[in-house]
Amino acid sequence: MWRVGKVVALHDETAMARTITLEVADWPGHVAGQHVDVRLTASDGYSAVRSYSIASAPNPERRVELSVERLANGEVSPYLTRGLVVGDRLELRGPIGGWFVWRPQQTEPIQLIAGGSGIVPLMAMIRSRASAGSTAPFRLLYSVREPGAVWYRDELQSLPDRDQSVSVTYAYTRAAPKNWPRPPSRVDAALIASTTWPSNLVPTSYVCGPTSFVESTAGLLTAAGNSPDKIKTERFGPTGDRQ
Amino acid sequence: MEIISRGFSGRRSAEAGKLPPGQYLTATFPVLSAGPTPHVPLDRWEFAIDDGTNVLRRWDWKSFRDLPSETFTTDIHCVTRWSKLGTSWEGVSLDTLFADLKTDASYTLVRSYGDYTTNVPLKDLMNHQAWIAFRFEGEDLAPEHGGPARLLVPHLYLWKSAKWVRGMTLMHRDKPGFWESLGYHIYGDPWREQRYSGDE
Repeated sequence: MWRVGKVVALHDETAMARTITLEVADWPGHVAGQHVDVRLTASDGYSAVRSYSIASAPNPERRVELSVERLANGEVSPYLTRGLVVGDRLELRGPIGGWFVWRPQQTEPIQLIAGGSGIVPLMAMIRSRASAGSTAPFRLLYSVREPGAVWYRDELQSLPDRDQSVSVTYAYTRAAPKNWPRPPSRVDAALIASTTWPSNLVPTSYVCGPTSFVESTAGLLTAAGNSPDKIKTERFGPTGDRQ
Repeated sequence: MEIISRGFSGRRSAEAGKLPPGQYLTATFPVLSAGPTPHVPLDRWEFAIDDGTNVLRRWDWKSFRDLPSETFTTDIHCVTRWSKLGTSWEGVSLDTLFADLKTDASYTLVRSYGDYTTNVPLKDLMNHQAWIAFRFEGEDLAPEHGGPARLLVPHLYLWKSAKWVRGMTLMHRDKPGFWESLGYHIYGDPWREQRYSGDE
């Protein structure tokens, strides 16, 4: 069943990524971590569909936020990040997915690990935690190429001030801010050991990002003693448009 | 209700006619898995067929690889909407594994290392429709794509082609597997676009 969302706000996260806020009159509600299918239809009836993670927490206003990265050769993402204007209507289907989700009933420590645009479903979890009044301890490890590539920057920066039980660590892979203690490099065993929950606390981990990032990071979590059944992953490939 | 996306023209490919509805063509091989990739040493690998009570057949890696294998070329379709045409594989046909096995079961629950499961009707696995594949494009199947061996049942969405496969249970009644219990379709025919539970 395809629903219709009206674009009520657009916000650029970075030069390459835009957040689209939709109002969906018949939205049934969602759980943090779920995604939607978005359908674009050309005037001759040709249509293209891609999946995007929901960035917003469940809310009574029936608003759904999607954050979309523009892919150089993408079919759908250039339209969503450049063509769309406020007032446009978009067709979407969902919410979809019952595995890569965080529910406010969960009280165990939560480890979120994002690579690039993989932050989107994890942001929904952080927002859902706040809106539900959850006190579950959260840690986010966010791997980005460079400081300018951070999505939701202001909101993430203000999180630990508002609530000590949410911590955010950035890992820069290409260029770090001045005087950053760690030279730019990929997430490695030392960073996992020093910034993520110790495995004896039995955290649930959510890892989202490009395939190679998720493969390597989930492997590091397992090597650090986390049980594979406590590690949930969502991967997207280079042409996947997923996310 | 159909809404025209003002200014959207899309990118049509010459091969679009070969694609099931709602799919797009990709040249890469994206990976989708629910958890970390299990790494299964060959000396501990096994594949077993059971009926829920007794193990009916069991192969270790050597006896499995001693079975006659086939090379085949097929299109694959992922529920996340990518399709890949003309992929080449090598594997053992399920017909070979079931050659001297008599059963009146109608369904299977396929099980993987890492505890993934998926349900497939037995008739969808027979008559050269399914293989336990161990090579892809001439190379040993990489762990992230399901190596050492995965089920390949290409006429259904790819989540039915369980990676890191370790066995299957024969059943008289259908029983949802992992994704089928989490909102995905019980059967998953890409040509009928059976993506999610509730799709016809």
